[in-house]
Amino acid sequence: MDWNWSGIAGYGLFFLIYGGIYAISALGLNVQWGYTGLFNIGVGGFFLVGAYTSAIMTKGPDFSHLGGFGQPFLVGVLAGGVLAALLAFLIGIPTLRLRGDYLAIATIGIAETLRLVVTNEQWLTAGVWGIGGIPKPLLGTFGDAYNAFYAVLVLTAMVLVYFAIERGIRSPWGRVLKAIREDEAVAQAVGKDIFRFKLQALVLGAFFMGVAGALFAHFVGYISPEAFEPMNATFLVWVMLIVGGSGNSKGAMLGAFLVWVIWSGTEFVAAALPPTFGPRAHALRIVLIGLLLMIMLLVRPQGMLGEERQVSKLLRPAGGGRQAPADG
Amino acid sequence: MAQLILYGLIYGGIISLGAIGLTLIARILRFSHFAHGDMMALGAYLALLFRVTFGLPMWVSAVCSVALTAAAAVAIDRIFYKPLRRTSPAILLIASVGVALVLRHLIQLFWGAAPQVYQRGVERSLVFWGLRIRPVQVWILVMAVVIVVAVWLFLQKTKLGKAMRAMADNMDLAAVSGIDTERMVIWTWVLGAALAAAAGIMLGLDTQLRPAMGWLMLLPLFAAAILGGLGNPYGAIAGGMVIALAQELSTLVFNTAYKPAVSFVLMVLLLLLRPQGLFGGKA
Repeated sequence: MDWNWSGIAGYGLFFLIYGGIYAISALGLNVQWGYTGLFNIGVGGFFLVGAYTSAIMTKGPDFSHLGGFGQPFLVGVLAGGVLAALLAFLIGIPTLRLRGDYLAIATIGIAETLRLVVTNEQWLTAGVWGIGGIPKPLLGTFGDAYNAFYAVLVLTAMVLVYFAIERGIRSPWGRVLKAIREDEAVAQAVGKDIFRFKLQALVLGAFFMGVAGALFAHFVGYISPEAFEPMNATFLVWVMLIVGGSGNSKGAMLGAFLVWVIWSGTEFVAAALPPTFGPRAHALRIVLIGLLLMIMLLVRPQGMLGEERQVSKLLRPAGGGRQAPADG
Repeated sequence: MAQLILYGLIYGGIISLGAIGLTLIARILRFSHFAHGDMMALGAYLALLFRVTFGLPMWVSAVCSVALTAAAAVAIDRIFYKPLRRTSPAILLIASVGVALVLRHLIQLFWGAAPQVYQRGVERSLVFWGLRIRPVQVWILVMAVVIVVAVWLFLQKTKLGKAMRAMADNMDLAAVSGIDTERMVIWTWVLGAALAAAAGIMLGLDTQLRPAMGWLMLLPLFAAAILGGLGNPYGAIAGGMVIALAQELSTLVFNTAYKPAVSFVLMVLLLLLRPQGLFGGKA
């Protein structure tokens, strides 16, 4: 059998780019859900805001939608993150003081409403036609090797996000987040303003989702409301986090790459089915991913990696072992 | 305007039926059931199976579908939700999002993505005092009222209904007074799913069946349940009416495409101003 090596390398680069973009989203969700216990079922909404904001900020004049700002790539990506964070701030204020379910409902609501807005406000987003010709940074410099360059760019961003989150989580701030997740009343009793901490976690996670959305927009070059269906943009990220292990940043990244392989793998299976099966194959793919989630929740709810135990330095034995001594 | 209010009442009946189940599940099982909209869709499509594929009369199809949907809900609970119930409501919520997606795409897998109807052909509208209404909409209104009254009688007069309200009110107290909570959980699913199926069938009769119909109903359902005070079945009925009227009347001012967003905006305003719901209830 003759292997198509360039095809395999091409798939490998797609794997790194999409896996990396989803990993950034999953890292954001891990801050919200994994560490703080906030249900955000509107990941797609924040992702959408990041994508559209960056596309509109960086494009030259285009009469089919708002535009003409012509800002550099980095400004666009950061603006995408900031706008997503702002949205999280606004949605957090009415919901974070209430029971967790309300945040879940509100985030689904905002994601669906945003999809209506980008579909219907043509002056802003060109509606169902979508925004094309989104600039690709340094396209001229890299030419044929462009995907390799973009993979490096996405992975760099992912590593930066990872270290930023790890640093925050290992600080006193991170310990408060986990305390809120475990027992709000206790965190409140020791004098923490839990509303503020929750809001910070929600906003920070949304910022990363916005950045991921922007990176997605600049890679594909064309975005339309269809790309932000709740399945692709929200549910997949949840499956990634739960499969990898929520409460563990490495797990979030592992889950992102692994589930992306499974997800894109099912596409090959769907392509092998007879064409009359066509549109139904897509439905079958989603059913399979849904079953993967259910089985994972039932069989191994902590995910593949599970949460890392963090033990105080003072309790750690001198040898540097991971376990705390039995007699303190 | 009066025409819009009439449409609002029809739509409100549909939302109310869905929201009653949602609110009871939220209270008795203590989690927000995100697959409730897709259970409505399942009910609608099962009725389509009996109506079009097997060629049974509409009312027989509806009854069969309601029974099957209730059975499906109990089965889903036994397989997926029950083992997760000892973990946290958060995990249950995520599981229900998973169930929602699986249900919706199973529907798409079996029935395809194209819109379908129970019966082809155009119905002549009846005109009363200048208001247009199709015969099928009269049926929907009548059935919605009948079902709501039946639910009220069930909750007020029967032992099972009283036990259900007791559980919604105070789970521990109900358990202590000898109510078999696990049995009540099953009855809650039966009632909730049966009402959802009825609502889905009505929605399918009023417009058409699409796999995404349930997912799109999710926001109005939650808005109605929260408006009525989560856990209060009578509040859910009133909430359903308010949401439906607001959605219909919003078309006087805003683009029709934003109808679904109206329930969301109302819900956020309510959460800001009166999180315990408009009609009492305990937040």
